[in-house]
Amino acid sequence: MKEIQKLICISCPKGCTLEVTVDGDTVVKVSGETCKKGVDYAEKEISDPRRMIATTVRVKNGFHPLVPVYSLQPVPKPLIQNVLKELRKVELTAPVKQGSVVLENVLGTGANIIASRDMPAK
Amino acid sequence: MTLKNVYDVVVIGSGPGGLAAAVAAKKEGAQDVLIIERDVELGGILLQCIHNGFGLETFKEDLPGPTYAERFIKEAQAIGVEVLLDTMVLDITPQRKIYAASKRNGFIEIESRSIVLAMGCRERTRPQIRIPGSRPAGVYSAGTAQRWVNVEGYMPGNRVVILGSGDIGMIMARRLTFEGAKVERVLEVMDYLTGLTRNYVQCLLDFDIPLQLRHTVKRVIGNTHVEAIEAVQVDAKWNVVPGSEEVIPCDTLLLSVGLIPENELSRKAGVILDPITGGPVVDDNFQTNVHGIFAAGNVVHVYDLVDWVTEAGYEAGKCAAAHAIEVRRKEHHLIPLIAGDNVRYIVPHMLDKRNLEGNEIRLQMRVSKPVEQPVWLEVHDKNNLITRRAERYVRPGEMVTVVLKPDHFAEVSKADSLTIDMVLR
Repeated sequence: MKEIQKLICISCPKGCTLEVTVDGDTVVKVSGETCKKGVDYAEKEISDPRRMIATTVRVKNGFHPLVPVYSLQPVPKPLIQNVLKELRKVELTAPVKQGSVVLENVLGTGANIIASRDMPAK
Repeated sequence: MTLKNVYDVVVIGSGPGGLAAAVAAKKEGAQDVLIIERDVELGGILLQCIHNGFGLETFKEDLPGPTYAERFIKEAQAIGVEVLLDTMVLDITPQRKIYAASKRNGFIEIESRSIVLAMGCRERTRPQIRIPGSRPAGVYSAGTAQRWVNVEGYMPGNRVVILGSGDIGMIMARRLTFEGAKVERVLEVMDYLTGLTRNYVQCLLDFDIPLQLRHTVKRVIGNTHVEAIEAVQVDAKWNVVPGSEEVIPCDTLLLSVGLIPENELSRKAGVILDPITGGPVVDDNFQTNVHGIFAAGNVVHVYDLVDWVTEAGYEAGKCAAAHAIEVRRKEHHLIPLIAGDNVRYIVPHMLDKRNLEGNEIRLQMRVSKPVEQPVWLEVHDKNNLITRRAERYVRPGEMVTVVLKPDHFAEVSKADSLTIDMVLR
């Protein structure tokens, strides 16, 4: 059964409206995209939607009480809350270096959570 | 760091515009570049924008705000940009004098050959949109809440209504949801989304946060703290649609209702502002109407993407450096003419040495006292006589002219100043 879904591409700030023809979980046709990212996004969004996660974790003895972190790779959308739960358990100790891995392969998603900035000690 | 009295380029503010301007100015050959920042660290608002989406144009990467900022901070440090943190600029004059104050240095007075204004923008507040109702705690601008949640570690509340569908509002809707709050509603008075569509998808749709267009807050309810807000539908002229009122229980109302360039300092410096953008009127070098004062980033107009702010900062910084270098060259070639023994004054007061190459320059002066016997008027650089003119007598009522000739260029070019004395023949 083919059906047409409307999606908004979130790959860049342009936000193209995509018309995606799907047959079950398979994308048959994409239109409305202005670059290749649109097609990739549509295929991924239909079969395995993923999102980048950006949040904060606590840090002991830091210049600030929190250090911002983000997922270097997008994580499956249904797992966002679970990943956040994992990150709530984390407490780092300053100094923290930008890019240092906070959680490796979080919940087996293949995504590493890394520190977004240096956090010097107090 | 020892503070200098004079800088080539001083940049006010260290957000993306200021950082790019400082880096570009230094790379373009400005000698001393100083950033003055009122916060305790460099980076500006990027530091609280922990979400990704920055740098797709500049780095072809999808970075969070702090990472984007850090790349420029590290570059600025590596190439020797000087920094004054925790310092508030109080005043800037059209002559490019900067007055600032800090706990560490007290009152500071700096002169700069070029200035780049990069103060960014400020959020529109509740009084500016005149929301009726009581004045309880719990009404905040979205950016304030963003700083609390992302930098300082406080939650503004647990049940939230957001007024305005700007990007900061939508991003805070997701952020507060991540931290366990319930975002009840996003209200937008216009009949379209004011932020980016991608943020509607990934911040609101993803978390089933309802957005109501053509809706606003009719009043805030609560005495000491927000207890609810009354939402209402409006028509195309923003008139309330009677009967559409809905009380939404909540403890927090966030306002994401627009940004205004921050230009108090620009005004003091005599910079002309555009009433539409709220920022300085600039030329294609990002120079304002005040010679040597440049402006870049959200202080000029509110941008949609940080990458364009960086681009503007680079351009402003580059042009600020070129201006400073030109001013410095002129200062280097410009020497004072000093009235010595029995000379009351000389016009011109200063001399651009380069002009002597191929041209005569007439120095005109008056003496202080009459001398009724033959005299010399001697032009010298310290002890080195450059030229002199003979007069049979001198009187204050009669002007004396001494001509510098291209033959004198070689010697004059080595001088830091020229003095003219009257001596007896």
